[in-house]
Amino acid sequence: MLGTHIHRRALLAAGIALGAVTTLAGAATAQGYPDRPITLIVPWGAGGGTDSTARIVGSLLEQELGQPINVVNRTGGSGVVGHSAIAEADPDGYTIGLATVEIGMMHWQGLTELTSADYTPLALMNFDPASVNVREDADWADLPALIEAIKANPGTLTASGTGQGGIWHLAIAGFLSKLGLEPGAVRWVPSEGAAPGLQDLMAGGVDLVPCSIPEARALIDAGRVRSLAVMSSKPNEAFPDVPTTQDVAGVSWDIGAWRGIVAPKGVPDEVAARLIPALEKVYNSSEYADFMSKQGFGRQWASGEAFGTFMAESNESLGAVMKEVGLAK
Amino acid sequence: MDAIALAAGLVFRVDVLVTLLLASAFGLFVGAIPGLTATMAMALLVPLTFFMDPIPAVGAMVTASAMAIFAGDIPSTLLRIPGTPASAAYTEEAYRMTLKGEAETAMAANLLFSAFGGLVGTAVLILTAPYLAEIALKFSAPEYFWMATLGLTCAAFIGSGRPVKGILSLLIGLLVATVGLDNPAAVPRFTFGSTELLGGVDFIAAMIGLFAISEVLRNATQGMASQTLPQVRLGNPLRGWGPMFRKYWPQQVQGNVVGVAVGALPGAGADLAAWIAYAVSRRLSKHPEKYGTGNLEGIVAAGSANNSALGSAWVPALVFGIPGDTITAIVIGVLFLHGLNPGPTLFIFQPENIYAVFIIFILANILMVPLGYAAIMMSRPILKMPRRVLMPLILAFCVVGAFASNNAVFNVGVMLAFGVLGFFMEENGIPLAPCILGIVLGGMVEDNFITTMIRNDGNLLAFFERPIAAGLGVATLLIWSSPLILGLLRRRRAAA
Repeated sequence: MLGTHIHRRALLAAGIALGAVTTLAGAATAQGYPDRPITLIVPWGAGGGTDSTARIVGSLLEQELGQPINVVNRTGGSGVVGHSAIAEADPDGYTIGLATVEIGMMHWQGLTELTSADYTPLALMNFDPASVNVREDADWADLPALIEAIKANPGTLTASGTGQGGIWHLAIAGFLSKLGLEPGAVRWVPSEGAAPGLQDLMAGGVDLVPCSIPEARALIDAGRVRSLAVMSSKPNEAFPDVPTTQDVAGVSWDIGAWRGIVAPKGVPDEVAARLIPALEKVYNSSEYADFMSKQGFGRQWASGEAFGTFMAESNESLGAVMKEVGLAK
Repeated sequence: MDAIALAAGLVFRVDVLVTLLLASAFGLFVGAIPGLTATMAMALLVPLTFFMDPIPAVGAMVTASAMAIFAGDIPSTLLRIPGTPASAAYTEEAYRMTLKGEAETAMAANLLFSAFGGLVGTAVLILTAPYLAEIALKFSAPEYFWMATLGLTCAAFIGSGRPVKGILSLLIGLLVATVGLDNPAAVPRFTFGSTELLGGVDFIAAMIGLFAISEVLRNATQGMASQTLPQVRLGNPLRGWGPMFRKYWPQQVQGNVVGVAVGALPGAGADLAAWIAYAVSRRLSKHPEKYGTGNLEGIVAAGSANNSALGSAWVPALVFGIPGDTITAIVIGVLFLHGLNPGPTLFIFQPENIYAVFIIFILANILMVPLGYAAIMMSRPILKMPRRVLMPLILAFCVVGAFASNNAVFNVGVMLAFGVLGFFMEENGIPLAPCILGIVLGGMVEDNFITTMIRNDGNLLAFFERPIAAGLGVATLLIWSSPLILGLLRRRRAAA
């Protein structure tokens, strides 16, 4: 036991020393930054929208910075593992990450201490509002009809699209609460993501999926799914025919998933000053705009402190919903 | 006919063919490296496809994934390290053949039946895509629950030795599958406050540890003999194919049928297809006792299944944009990017593009034969290496593989821990395969059970309310109770 104790302490000391050395080295070379490859951590798996967004940003940023960007997936724990890996990386600018909306959710659930304040905000790259999607042959012609059905028989309809307490769960729970209904008036069926949720919608397993429009797009195009409304103050550019909740139900409700690039807290100012303009060029490039619009993803930009404020506000409003619906610890 | 001619014009161009060739080499390389899966090969290709034309972009993904699934069999056979999870079902079987000196026969069979399985999957994709997709879309939580339960039942057929030890191994696997946050209630379980464990036990790291590290440990305890394993030279493996086809066609057909059916279900995929095909072929075999001792039947069935699943996984992806597995999930993104939006309209408005994809599927599986042959030839020197040189190399490979699967040093520790676990399990005659099956299916059984319960307010009859679910459920219960019923009948007959 003693042996492992000493060993651990030695390791710790070595770790601290190593950290100090790399920090010093980082500070010394921030002038020539970047002079070696950069790692971009993605907290979600290969194959999802977050992964493909990270990979297009990575390949365009590579051209801007002249250094390879290695996109690595650190998955698991509903995003906790990857978000922690970004925050705990050396703040030398050679490890950055793609943070997602979940950073403002998981700490309310008591899963981690980590919040958006633990990062250096660089740039918000994307925002997709939630929407209400039902089967094409569903009984409800529009959102008011659906709301009536929920009011008539609370607790009978089911919805899916994320795990318990995930972003789309909050979207529908918060929406119901805005309507003055119990957040549980639509029962939540956990799934691994929007795609399995939609599969379940098609199979007749659930009644609605409150995911973003781009996620449901193929099925909407195939005439299998109808999107009744978008939970945003303005309609989606790619789907102008889908009304907002304000328009059809008189409830203003803004909620959605966002993705942005962050660095660990305490990166040198020179690094942020180099990365933010490079990311802005990426954001404004025709390749990025083209990629996002073809996938149906929305673009939204904020950089540096403005992005920090955006994350803090998202954190507060999500926390409020989670407390309201009883998901916060 | 015009559309087909147009499609051929899109495919048979120098730039497209060169892209396919490069993607093949890339897929073989990634698939042969333990820890890097076919999914990872796809993810690495994504940024490159941004800058390609649609047909070469999709073609590169088709060929790379097919090659990667086959290439996973090479380290699986030679080193007992499954190159991709799709090879895990028959790793033990193939490695036993290497120990018997029949590595070349095993790899030749893998290559032949992978390529042929791929072609069958392609044929199903071409001929039945719209109809099959409709059936696949009817699968919801209760159906998946029974599928996964049937999969667990396979544990009784895949482990050699006593059934009790197989069940013990399965339970170890199921316990491992409960670790982490990714369960329906999103409650951390067995994480001991560790952030890394919130993500659960990395399946690939555990798999490499159980199979490969345990083998390294066993060699170490036996004093690391310096000799090599004497191998039967096959010469040209192509020559053995005719007899193989004639002898093993029933296993091949079983594998193809299972592969196509399981592959088309969203979320099931090639890994599960290989396990079920292996178990089915053992159940139907005239010589089930030979399984687990280095027997080609199981290898043929499972090797046929995983490659045919690859083609049919495209069915729901192309028709409804719903991914059949993680590979097609990435492909769907690329399709959107190039304006080939999945959906029925793709078949109506852009038939030449769809036909071009089909032609590439066929090409990829034909290309697999010469390229796979070359890969097998290149891997031959491994067999000539003395064990005491080879074992440290395997260890190094395993460390790299475990790290690469999720880029975490923590996983190297997971792999070593599972290596020790695997060593002690095998020393006590507990088979490894059921444990891996438990890790793979534990989450699927639990998720779909809880989901069905939530949806139906805890009514257990929900598992039999939908027609497909009822059929699968009754079949599962019959399989479970068959030994009991048969026993009772026999006793009654004896009494009468």
